[in-house]
Amino acid sequence: MAEARRRRDPSYVKLPLIAATFGILGVLIILPLYQVFAQAFGNGVAAYWSKLTDSPETRHAIFLTLMVAPTAVMLNTVFGTIAAYTIARFRFPGRTVLVSLIDLPFSVSPVVAGLVLVLLYGKNAAVGGWLFEWGYQVIFAPPGLVLATAFVTFPFVVRELIPVLEANGAEEELAARSLGASGRQMFFAVTLPNIKWGLLYGVILCNARAMGEFGAIYVVSGRITGQTDTMPLRIEKLYQEYDTTGAMAIASLLTFLSLVTLALKAWLETKLRR
Amino acid sequence: MAVGMKKALPGYRLGLGMTTAFLGLIVLLPLAAGAAKAFELSPSEFLAAVWTPRTVAAYKLTLWTSFAAASINVVLGLTVAWTLVRYDFPGRKILDALVDIPFALPTAVAGLIYANLYIADGPVGRLLMPMTGEIAYTPAGIVLVLIFTGFPFVVRSVQPVLEDLDAEMEEAAMILGASPLQNFMRVILPNLIAPTLTGFTLALARSVGEYGSVIFISTNRPYEMEIAPVLIVARLEEYAYREAAAVAVVLLAVSFVLLIAINLLERRSRRHG
Amino acid sequence: MTQKILILSGLIYLALAAAWVLQSGIVRDGPEILHVACDPTRELWADVNTHFVENQERAIGKRWRVNMSHGGSGSQARAVIDGLPADFLSLALWSDTDAVRKAGLIDDGWVDEQPYRSLPYFSTIVFVVRKGNPKGVRDWPDLVTGDVNIVTPNPKTSGNGKWSVLAAWGACLRRGMSETETDAYLMELFRRVPVLDTSARNATATFASKKRGDVHLTWENEAILEVAEAVGELEIVYPSCSIRAEPHIAVVDRIVERRGTQEIVASYVKFLYTDEAQHLIAKHHHRPSNPAILARYADRFPNIALFPATDVAPTWDAILAKFFAENAAFDRWMRN
Repeated sequence: MAEARRRRDPSYVKLPLIAATFGILGVLIILPLYQVFAQAFGNGVAAYWSKLTDSPETRHAIFLTLMVAPTAVMLNTVFGTIAAYTIARFRFPGRTVLVSLIDLPFSVSPVVAGLVLVLLYGKNAAVGGWLFEWGYQVIFAPPGLVLATAFVTFPFVVRELIPVLEANGAEEELAARSLGASGRQMFFAVTLPNIKWGLLYGVILCNARAMGEFGAIYVVSGRITGQTDTMPLRIEKLYQEYDTTGAMAIASLLTFLSLVTLALKAWLETKLRR
Repeated sequence: MAVGMKKALPGYRLGLGMTTAFLGLIVLLPLAAGAAKAFELSPSEFLAAVWTPRTVAAYKLTLWTSFAAASINVVLGLTVAWTLVRYDFPGRKILDALVDIPFALPTAVAGLIYANLYIADGPVGRLLMPMTGEIAYTPAGIVLVLIFTGFPFVVRSVQPVLEDLDAEMEEAAMILGASPLQNFMRVILPNLIAPTLTGFTLALARSVGEYGSVIFISTNRPYEMEIAPVLIVARLEEYAYREAAAVAVVLLAVSFVLLIAINLLERRSRRHG
Repeated sequence: MTQKILILSGLIYLALAAAWVLQSGIVRDGPEILHVACDPTRELWADVNTHFVENQERAIGKRWRVNMSHGGSGSQARAVIDGLPADFLSLALWSDTDAVRKAGLIDDGWVDEQPYRSLPYFSTIVFVVRKGNPKGVRDWPDLVTGDVNIVTPNPKTSGNGKWSVLAAWGACLRRGMSETETDAYLMELFRRVPVLDTSARNATATFASKKRGDVHLTWENEAILEVAEAVGELEIVYPSCSIRAEPHIAVVDRIVERRGTQEIVASYVKFLYTDEAQHLIAKHHHRPSNPAILARYADRFPNIALFPATDVAPTWDAILAKFFAENAAFDRWMRN
């Protein structure tokens, strides 16, 4: 089906658009990416590998990112699916306000995100002080990192799913209901499979952003080397220490991770699509 | 059809409840803590903190560069999304993967790299000098970096919709004799308006708050090229938490109003589309 | 089938990650202390800590850990006030450390708690110029001549930036300039700053890598490192006088009491004043407070007249109010 569509447009439309796409992505993305990799591999592949594996702080940073980011993404995915369903399928007063509130975290500057989280969970704050007394630390520890990451990446999955749900329409779900399916059956057997690809897109985007978040994490982590440094913080640290090669090595690892997840999705697509 | 949905489909109450609970916990509660801090100031103190020639200059810069970047992203994003979905060519899958790179790269790294590329003697800056002068350390540089950080939004908002677009509709239109242009204008375009607006909104919202990448490519000189988040950091350094929170609240309010306006537009376009 | 396996392994991974995150918030007190420091001192403390930990193990048989946190001086102070459990502080500005005292975490009179007014080392602000010093910048008045451009970070967001302002101001006063003339000088100086970076290291990158500006005002140890990294492209110029930049240390009494780390922190502080540590300090291009040891490194640390911050204004509160508060001097200079 998709293939048939692809042949329809005339060449005088196709070719310039393809050229433009190459140009846009080339200038905007490939060029900077090349810079990252050029600097990361500037001293050779062996140096690159040792930059990533030698230092225990760097290894811990990679580990921490791989713990914190997926947790935050999972929270936002669960929320995102429920929210997208509610927003796409129903009309209710305040719907636009709700959607706008959900979009709000995108416009919150990371500086502000960190600030408000500290104002809520810091030692002198309402919630934070109480938790501190119980011997539990949110800020300056991984739980705070998860909250900051979840805050910053909040809208991703929802926003990815709403257009998909709306484009799909509710016909299949209504049909399932009329055939006697329970709410849960309908959701898991009809709704979810239909939005499978949009969901995957959203999760991948959310994850990429979650792993790369720097500003808010800088504020709420306390920057304790070897304990609360995520990969982006580690990049900044290495850059500050005049180790640009090391910094770019970790940056390249972040892009690798993002590319790998996308490759995974593409592979899944070929295996399972239609 | 919409009104009857609440009865026809399950999960309205539960869904709405969980959505608002989650939203409240993760987003609204922290923001409320920030607002509470800001409102510790008296009205006159608040005004003095948020409305000075310097802050106004910062708001203006933040807003116009964000709008410019988001608008340009609509053009670029639509082009790329269209090409990636509708055409097949060598390298398509790789290009598709590359679209998300701006999300994966920490903003500070992006800012660093762009600054190095576009300063007067940088690899790209060198080529552009005779035509445009230096790009880094000008508002154009800020817009450029904002285009980068907001790029994936339009593409990824439009792509799933384009992909799922009912091919049968197009085929029917073709069979009925529609020219490719008519096909585009009447069948495809109306469906793209909503996701494009979504992408625009998200790119805009993101640009308004962007900090890490901009500080590397801007001179950060007050009244000239200072973005609002830098103001907030400056106040924090003075231990003026409340004034910092006040500026943050103003930025949030402006973003919120913008978001509502565009979301309303989107809703209207879908109704009449 | 593959789908099911993938989903299952994904869910297990997520469950484990979430569990790990949750348990990591529980406050545990192990044999470790947290040293919260400002940015440009990483190599120094890494070195000092290694030596300290080994000495301690030999002395008391227990292997302690010194965890480091680095960041902007002000950000670090705010973090500690907001709950970062620091046992020990080494920040760039007296006012930042005192802010922690004001929050009740440090006892009054902290400056006199440790030797040399709580200063194991001190530093100053110097100039870095291009090879051959083409614009002939030798001293403070040269900064506002010709088309000289200056690079220094934003005083509002950087300790280095604040010290640069104080150094310039104090130098003018020492030349006998009046208050009005000094103010005009500083306004002109900042007119010639093309880029206001948020931090010291960013300013170094702007000057050294992006090759902006003719003179870079920075910490002495940063300058030495910067010139070394630039391999011949840059050189240091010592002005006739400069400010005595004092990065005080302090023990965070409330935290140390809560965690019961008094002894180890006391040993840590004591270690910083031993000859061994003072040599390490000199090795990393900071000026050791121990005069005997400082004299041994005379070739590395040229003689330069250093004046204290109190020459500029009687107290730090006065300094902050006069220069760096909202609508104070710096804001006024930028307005024009």
